[in-house]
Amino acid sequence: MANVSRNKHIESVDYHAIEAMESFNKFVKKKNTFLFSITAGFLILYILLPILAFQPVLQQKVFGNITGVWIYSAGLFIMTIVLCTVYVKKASSFDKAAAAVLAEYHAKGGK
Amino acid sequence: MNLVSVGFFLAIVSLTLVVTYIAAKRTSSAADFYTAGGGLKGWQNGFAIAGDYLSAAAFLGVSGAIALTGFDGFFFSVGYVVANLVLLYVIAEPMRNLGRYTLADMLTSRFNEKRIRGVAASGTIIIVILYMIAQLVGAGALIKLLFGIEYWIAVLIVGVMMTTYVLFGGMTATSWVQIIKASLLLFGTGLLATLVLAKFDFSLIKMFDTVAVEHGEEFLVPGMKYTSTIDSVSMMMALVLGTSGLPHILMRFFTVKDAKTARSSISWTTWITAIFFSLTIFLGFGALNFVGLDKILAESKAGNTAAPLLAHYLGGDVLMAFIGAVAFATILAVVSGLVLTGASAISHDIYGEIIKGGKLTEKQQVVAARTGSISIAIVSIILALFAQNLNVSFLVSFAFCIGASANLPVILYTIYWKKFNSTGAITAMVTGLVSCLVLGAMGPNVWSPVEGAAIFVGNPIVPLAVPAVITIPLGFIAGYLGSVLSSNKVPQEEADRIYKEIRVKANTGVSVSDVSH
Repeated sequence: MANVSRNKHIESVDYHAIEAMESFNKFVKKKNTFLFSITAGFLILYILLPILAFQPVLQQKVFGNITGVWIYSAGLFIMTIVLCTVYVKKASSFDKAAAAVLAEYHAKGGK
Repeated sequence: MNLVSVGFFLAIVSLTLVVTYIAAKRTSSAADFYTAGGGLKGWQNGFAIAGDYLSAAAFLGVSGAIALTGFDGFFFSVGYVVANLVLLYVIAEPMRNLGRYTLADMLTSRFNEKRIRGVAASGTIIIVILYMIAQLVGAGALIKLLFGIEYWIAVLIVGVMMTTYVLFGGMTATSWVQIIKASLLLFGTGLLATLVLAKFDFSLIKMFDTVAVEHGEEFLVPGMKYTSTIDSVSMMMALVLGTSGLPHILMRFFTVKDAKTARSSISWTTWITAIFFSLTIFLGFGALNFVGLDKILAESKAGNTAAPLLAHYLGGDVLMAFIGAVAFATILAVVSGLVLTGASAISHDIYGEIIKGGKLTEKQQVVAARTGSISIAIVSIILALFAQNLNVSFLVSFAFCIGASANLPVILYTIYWKKFNSTGAITAMVTGLVSCLVLGAMGPNVWSPVEGAAIFVGNPIVPLAVPAVITIPLGFIAGYLGSVLSSNKVPQEEADRIYKEIRVKANTGVSVSDVSH
């Protein structure tokens, strides 16, 4: 089963030429800023759960006997689904940016 | 063991054997064996990764923990779900773009040194064995309870099954067993949760009210199991960061053709796990309400049979037999994935690449892979037979701790940090691994003043059940210091040149086609 479909037939790539391109560095910087700021954000919201869970604020009843910890946890579930969807959307724009970088590289005569 | 149980049991066994038979015909090369030829679709791999998450510990353990300790049990569910985001945002795509079969392959794409491969492979083998012992011992006890088979026979049955799948069907069979099991599990928990909710007139508030009135409001807030913030923070850190460092999960990203498919895999996994772990509330509180604490505790102190007992209450022998069979399939699927991952570290990393210098023919590689699978299976079965009377379920959290402390720092640095070097990689992996094992061995899971509560009698030196809050920072700091302090010993120009390549490959996916041959 080695005949996996491939869309990138590049015999030999000059990685350093690509790495030196301004468009490449701009794209990577933008992407990493996005990835790491969101990651830092959800990790903080997440680790607040076991911290706040022992405080009165999340131990209060909200709906009937449903306490704040359950609501906060449900919030983290929803956050996960939302951020997953956001990532998939955003990643297709990164795919385009990466493709544009490669197209530019080829146009410059890199094979 | 009644006739219905036997029927479901045999149905699962024959279905998975048919899958293995079909997969075996497609398994001829090393790439087929380790990564199903890189040919899985996003949804298939997504279900298979979900299958890895939803181990018996997750299905039986979490629902039992919620039944016994209320919200404290639900901490696990939150951890497993949010862990998807770490994989999706910073791990999955670069991992696919840089690696071939194993974690060590990905690391050596930047640092082509045998010592890096050796340390990474050793870490993988340790994680696999710890995880496997916990699964096999749990499996033996569970099958004994559900089907009334002796412990050692149960362990042997599971051992023979997992070896069969991997040996003949490689990653293709392992993946399909995972897919089948994840679907069955999702269906089974969905059914149980719906039946529970129906008993409460489909009102969440009514369910929580009943729990509060009949069992006490302490079930609705944390504190029954975790009494200190630091203990639960530490455990939660291990869960969310450790998932991205577990070798059997990372290996799944090599079963798809490109970064885009890796992304869609995790997207599927996120939805499946979010649905599944939401349902654990109903399983846990359902069991608490309808089965009752006394009866759950009478069957198993850890509450591991809460879900099957709930099934018995809701649907009699038939539903219980079905859920029992699903639990059995869950165990089989997870241990098969572990065998395959262990074999990849032994046969590909250590034998093929380190000892033979990567000069094995395709045929030799497959023979090595099969030999490795049998070895890791035999070692695990023997260890599991000896560990029968030990409480080893905590080993899973150790595995997460090692994944987060030894593997994750190295993976992140390798992809994202220019000044990282091979000395830093070694110091990070060794520090993470050793600190987890040492602090863990001094902790309350191993030492307890109460006889029988842990492995040894005595006071724990380290009060944390999961030492992740100490060991994760240690892993990151060791990688940083190791790199910075040894920076003058590394030929900087060469290191920069390789990092530039890694950066281009990781971000554009160029050359994935070359490495997936």
